[in-house]
Amino acid sequence: MSDLPPFQTLIDEHAGEVMAVLRGAVGRGDADDCFQETFLAALRAYPRLGDGGNLRGWLITIAHRKAIDHHRARGRRAVPVAEVREAASEDPLPDEGVWELVGALPPKQRAAVTLRYASDLPHAEIAAALGCSPEAARRSLHEGLKRLRKELA
Amino acid sequence: MRDSLDRLARRAAAEGLLDVAYTSTDSPFGPLLLARTRRGLIRVGLPNQDPEALLAELAARISPRVLETPAEFDAARRQLDLHFEGELTEFDLPLDWRLSRDFRRRVLRSIARIPYGQTRSYTEMARSAGNERAVRAAGSACGSNPIPLIVPCHRVLRSSGGLGGYGGGLPMKQGLLELEGVLG
Repeated sequence: MSDLPPFQTLIDEHAGEVMAVLRGAVGRGDADDCFQETFLAALRAYPRLGDGGNLRGWLITIAHRKAIDHHRARGRRAVPVAEVREAASEDPLPDEGVWELVGALPPKQRAAVTLRYASDLPHAEIAAALGCSPEAARRSLHEGLKRLRKELA
Repeated sequence: MRDSLDRLARRAAAEGLLDVAYTSTDSPFGPLLLARTRRGLIRVGLPNQDPEALLAELAARISPRVLETPAEFDAARRQLDLHFEGELTEFDLPLDWRLSRDFRRRVLRSIARIPYGQTRSYTEMARSAGNERAVRAAGSACGSNPIPLIVPCHRVLRSSGGLGGYGGGLPMKQGLLELEGVLG
């Protein structure tokens, strides 16, 4: 049988980070709804998950998908991403005001930038999270960064 | 965060996604782990048993959808408390026997019928499970009892009168028997 750890372990280890990412992506007020949707979706799929190798990346990917669903459903602009900076990132964007600018990007670009720099996901996983091709993900990221650079210049 | 997690556990249960729930409860011998499925109590972890190992086993054998939540453990908690106070002699809780099969399950079901304050031998348990010569197997069925206390394997002793073994350690077995007025 599978050797997936008890689901509670995922909650104990990653709930804080998932919540931080969601607060950044959808704002404090809606983060808990997305948090619930994220963990319920994860719980639904969990027994069929073949590989327990990168559970953190898997959860963060689901969280971003839920954040994107949320924005689509609301059809509204994003809330600034300030708190996402709490998440580890090896390749951080420069300081302060940047996340507010990220929050003002169009949804796909914002999601691509957030996934790359706050959640540290590779392009393939960003594509999976956004439901697009890796090429399109790369493009969104590129466009988003270009725009940020311009705003920061 | 606490509220979010409580809400998550409730929603998971409501949507049928909570396959194994667990909580811990105090006892005079130390903390106990209680785990249940939709069928009933499936596992009681004794104080000297590693909860993480027990939960990992439940994840592998029943379902990895294992969540910590105190909901619906009230009856088990209350009955255990009363038992430790010497005021409850018979548990009335739905049990999930899935962790034991065949001969072992028959042994454990026989053990579940040993009345409070009485003891049986491993030989008697082997006989009542249908194979008098399988004394050693009866002993290992007791040793692997997933629902100790509720299924009172502490009431099974050696034919010689020796205590035999106990998953929770012999001092606990002794303590439980003293509580029932059998020893001491």
